Amino acid sequence: MRRLLGIGSAAGLTLTAILGLFVTPPDRVMGTLVRLLYVHPSVAWVAYLAFGVTALACICYLWPRTRAPFWDRLAVSSAEIGVVFCALTLATGSIWGRPTWGVWWVWDARLTTTALLLALFIGYLALRRVTVDPGARARRSAVAGLVAFADVPIVHMSVVWWNTLHQPATVLRPSLASPTLSGSMAWTLLLSFLSFTLLYGWLLMHRYQNSVLEARLEDEGMEIALAERWAEAVPSGVGR
Amino acid sequence: MFRDAVLVAGKDLKVEYRSRVGAQQVLPFALVVLVIFAFTLDANHKLLQTAAAGLYWVAVLFAGVLTVQRSFALEVADGLRDGLRLSGLDPAGIFLGKAAAVAGQLAVLEIFLAGGIAVLYSASLHGVVLLVLSAVLATVGLAAAGTVYGIVAAGLGVRETLLPLLLLPVVAPVLLAASKVWAITLQSGPGAWGWMRILVIFAVVYLAAGVLAFGPLLEES
Repeated sequence: MRRLLGIGSAAGLTLTAILGLFVTPPDRVMGTLVRLLYVHPSVAWVAYLAFGVTALACICYLWPRTRAPFWDRLAVSSAEIGVVFCALTLATGSIWGRPTWGVWWVWDARLTTTALLLALFIGYLALRRVTVDPGARARRSAVAGLVAFADVPIVHMSVVWWNTLHQPATVLRPSLASPTLSGSMAWTLLLSFLSFTLLYGWLLMHRYQNSVLEARLEDEGMEIALAERWAEAVPSGVGR
Repeated sequence: MFRDAVLVAGKDLKVEYRSRVGAQQVLPFALVVLVIFAFTLDANHKLLQTAAAGLYWVAVLFAGVLTVQRSFALEVADGLRDGLRLSGLDPAGIFLGKAAAVAGQLAVLEIFLAGGIAVLYSASLHGVVLLVLSAVLATVGLAAAGTVYGIVAAGLGVRETLLPLLLLPVVAPVLLAASKVWAITLQSGPGAWGWMRILVIFAVVYLAAGVLAFGPLLEES
């Protein structure tokens, strides 16, 4: 299953790259910059998807009937992927924004919300890293993850107001707001969404496996270390 | 629940009153922040007047982080947290009490800081009803969110560095809405009431989150 996902996403991404770079036509206004369209929206989608999965997993962990280590591991796995893809979203957006808008960053509502989302989940991961006891870590981070996620609509609402009050006429997405995509562009976009989602699934399964192994190491680490020390001690004891 | 909250708030405020950490360290720190902002803006009177509202709330936020740190540092000494846990007080009450104590300290601090921006930035404080009402709502929101994250980070060795990272992005809407209300009011512009909605929503969401989550978090911290 995991291998299938990996192969699928690798093939999809390769095909997206070929189609996006060589087959699809350049845009009339933006020229070849439009090719970022095959990366940026799908990366952003994966980031939002990953954070959504984390929030759901946090709820399932906090709900007494469904409480299981599975949800905690799923939450952290998805959050890590989400942070990476969220950073990629901001980076690719900036790269697109610089030639299109003339600046690396604008205080657009969507950008600001995404940046704060990244900060919130970096905090979530930092909290996980410093809490030692697994039970406490799971419970605290589930609360923190959920509370952070609950903040997102409030943040979004406030920055939307902030912006509309500041600069009412600027809707900074002239080309994306009215998408007139030709056939090959639409198909490539769809393919990129699909392949990045497959990539997310593949990464998630691997990361989940890692956290299972981590937990096992935490449980058995002491015994393994003891056994190793014993094994070292025996020959020298005999030799004396 | 509310009786317990009054007890806990009374305890925290009494400790603060006797130790005077808030008065002798946090308040001077916040005032120094106001002075430092003036340095970075080149003591430009017009600019400072325009930015007064935002700088005010940034100073409040920094002081708020310190106040929350302090509120949970209190419980570390002498096994106070165990005492609190064994006391049989309602966890929701403990949350509300601690948040109320933080909010009370912040309210005093805000009065001094308002005097600070009036003197240092020549901000003329009019529209007092709006200023006070928004400050009360923002303070409740800050204290509630701060107390939720205070208990999440409690007992960790890295609490001092972790808390600001957790707290600052979360309270961004409060900072934004409160400084908008203040900026609009200080410049006698329209549309301040719309921003109050965000302050109300934030305060309600985080008070509810704290009341629900404090019990399980206090148990194992």
